[in-house]
Amino acid sequence: MTWIIGVFVFWIVAYFLNIYLANSAWNNTRIIKLAVPAIFGITLLVVWEGLVRGLEVPSVILPPPSMIGARIMESLPILWSDFVQTFVKGALTGYIMGCGAAVATAIIIDRSPFLQRGLLPVGNFIAALPIIGTAPILVMWFGFDWHSKAAVVVVMVFFPMLVNTVQGLAATDNMQRDLMRTYAGGYWNTLFKLRLPAAMPAIFNGLKIATTLALIGAIVAEFFGSPTVGMGFRISVEVGRLGLDMVWAEITVAALAGSAFYGVIAMIEKGVTFWHPSQRS
Amino acid sequence: MMRNLFPILTVVAAIMVIWYAASIGMNKKWTYDQAGRAGEEVSFTEMVADTWAQDRPVLPAPHQVVAELYRTTVLKNVTSKRSLVFHGWITLSATLLGFVFGTGMGILLAVGIVHNRAMDMGVMPWAIASQTIPILAIAPMIVVVMSTVGATDLLGKETATALFGYQPAFMKGILPKAVIAAYLSFFPVVVGMVKGLRSPDHMQLDLLKTYNASKSRTFWSLRMPSSTPYLFTSLKIGMAAALVGAIVSELSAVPLRGLGARMLTGSYYGQTIQIWAALFAAAALAATLVAMISWIERRSLKKMGMTQ
Amino acid sequence: MSQEVVIQAKNLDLIFPTNDGDVHALNDINLDIHKGDFVSFIGPSGCGKTTFLRTIAALETPTGGTVTVNGMTADEARKNRAYGYVFQAAGLYPWRTIRGNIKLPLEIMGYSKEEQEKHVNHVLDLVDLRGFGKKFPWQLSGGMQQRASIARALAFDADILLMDEPFGALDEIVRDHLNEQLLQLWDRTNKTIAFVTHSIPEAVYLSTKIVVMSPRPGRIADVIESTLPRIRPLDIRDSQEFQDIAHRVREGLRAGHAYDD
Repeated sequence: MTWIIGVFVFWIVAYFLNIYLANSAWNNTRIIKLAVPAIFGITLLVVWEGLVRGLEVPSVILPPPSMIGARIMESLPILWSDFVQTFVKGALTGYIMGCGAAVATAIIIDRSPFLQRGLLPVGNFIAALPIIGTAPILVMWFGFDWHSKAAVVVVMVFFPMLVNTVQGLAATDNMQRDLMRTYAGGYWNTLFKLRLPAAMPAIFNGLKIATTLALIGAIVAEFFGSPTVGMGFRISVEVGRLGLDMVWAEITVAALAGSAFYGVIAMIEKGVTFWHPSQRS
Repeated sequence: MMRNLFPILTVVAAIMVIWYAASIGMNKKWTYDQAGRAGEEVSFTEMVADTWAQDRPVLPAPHQVVAELYRTTVLKNVTSKRSLVFHGWITLSATLLGFVFGTGMGILLAVGIVHNRAMDMGVMPWAIASQTIPILAIAPMIVVVMSTVGATDLLGKETATALFGYQPAFMKGILPKAVIAAYLSFFPVVVGMVKGLRSPDHMQLDLLKTYNASKSRTFWSLRMPSSTPYLFTSLKIGMAAALVGAIVSELSAVPLRGLGARMLTGSYYGQTIQIWAALFAAAALAATLVAMISWIERRSLKKMGMTQ
Repeated sequence: MSQEVVIQAKNLDLIFPTNDGDVHALNDINLDIHKGDFVSFIGPSGCGKTTFLRTIAALETPTGGTVTVNGMTADEARKNRAYGYVFQAAGLYPWRTIRGNIKLPLEIMGYSKEEQEKHVNHVLDLVDLRGFGKKFPWQLSGGMQQRASIARALAFDADILLMDEPFGALDEIVRDHLNEQLLQLWDRTNKTIAFVTHSIPEAVYLSTKIVVMSPRPGRIADVIESTLPRIRPLDIRDSQEFQDIAHRVREGLRAGHAYDD
């Protein structure tokens, strides 16, 4: 009972603290901008811990954060090997291959408006489909190991990346292209000096979307078949054994990996597209 | 539109050609193995014909998939457990239920974020960060946990029987799938709607200030209409996400029903044509749902004078 | 001013097919531009002045008649990098510094690194932007961006400068200042300049020759040789001579139905 009262008090205090901070004079500073969501997140964890303990929720339904934290600490080797299998071997290789292929394809079809008019609608269409459904098929073709997961990732990131790159290559206006013509620049000069730099915001938009798709693809593909290692594998196995603390541990690792991956791409984006209005505001 | 029709058809035709050729390439090993075992010789045309007609091909030919689709939709009784229409409806019902909830909650949260600074600063960073987290990974866990607690059916057997005389098939086991679908559509809708509700520029907001308009008035006359394009974009993303969520949650749900379950059982029993048929049905479902939203979008934007 | 003709249009015709029928953008244009001229083109929207400039630049193709630049066809002159073009908007690449932007044509045309630096420094001085070379376009005001755009057009020693309403987006005070600077530049570099504008005072102040055009179809209504001296302070705009020429321009516009509804 004390748990529940304590949690309630904590929540009220944090709630009013956040309201105070958000409306205070310092709400434009970096520190407060980090503090408010941090307080929100910590409150969530505290409420979780308190309610689970106070209401004596069985850990096969919802383990408390402290238990998950302990489990993470004692399972670091397993978590690491799962991470390497799913993220590094599956998601990352698929990401690099898929995005690379998409950019290359976009440049290849750039010289053919006919192909563009045909491929883009088809590409847009495929990008909206539940591509994850190709996972069982790809597992069948490429086997249980990380190759099939990389294949799923390639299929998942290819079309969104292709659509974004083609949009990016079209992002120059007539005036900029006319300027190139007055210099008798030619196709390749125009591509490398004008259209590719101008396409970078759209390309990075696609790259960021692809990071999330890559990780999801790699994990969910493992639900369809996997060797005895990998985040998706571990999650489905532990769910079956009702070892939910391990499941949450894996999810935590996946969340950290996902946000870190996205963060790295976003940082590179800031460096490359520093000139774009969206980066300057 | 018509101008694009010829290139699109060309691309689709090219895909068909590559597909048929790939079928030959990937299925011929089996043909030759079978022939070798029976001690027979197989001519080229016989081999090609065989690769396009196997029971468990590595790569089914398009006509095989179409035939299976026809067999399991038109030729089967709609309530049969082998009917793709039945399984499609299971998936669709979970998707729609989750989508409606996720979108509804998402819009409410977006309104809250735009009007309350504490919510904005506290929740918005998490909403944005959550888009980078592979939420689908929690699908199996949600399914199992909700089953353990017994919260799986939309209406329990007794309640449903009291209301309708029976429990409609789609209600059984729908809740975990709907929860995941809702969760997946929730965050894109929040982020998109916040962007949309904040899209009016300073000039327009200042104008309303000079009229001494209340926050609620500003919301209904300016913010809500301005956010309509963003709303529809979010709805399309949310709908596709909800569908994927429903399909993936079917992998762990009991009873094993729905398009995702069909794909799973197909992979268990090596029924590749079944997998492809289910995949096509899922794709058709996604395309139809998104097209419907697009159609509503075009009509709404036209009525508001917002079309290009 | 030498008598050598650098740009010549003979019976120039340009018809645009559109969904609503053909648009007769240029109709039987005949014009000679001599070396060292500063020629302004003025007229209401749709009179063809921008189209004519673009035809000289080989950005549009005539449907009838000819236009020659430096004795070659317009396209050959383009490939020979015979002119610099200044657009209505500065159109600087935001991912390059000002120096980087000015270097753009030099890189494409194969100048060596040392040559590039030399030319960039030279034109930055000409437009009075020394010290801003390392900045990015969005860090500069609109007027400065246009000056950078002009510098870019001057960077590669083309004898001809084609300018399409370059100061149209700027306020009047900045515009006056830039007009003055442009005249000084013209005096120092001796380029042949073709200048499209909407503004009567600007056309009269800057040019040695004013071409008044009228629309539907686009044609030349009047060609006015300016009697003003070559070196002109800004105050010359209050002189009687200036007003007379401006009056003649206005009459030309009126005759070409510029002021009708």
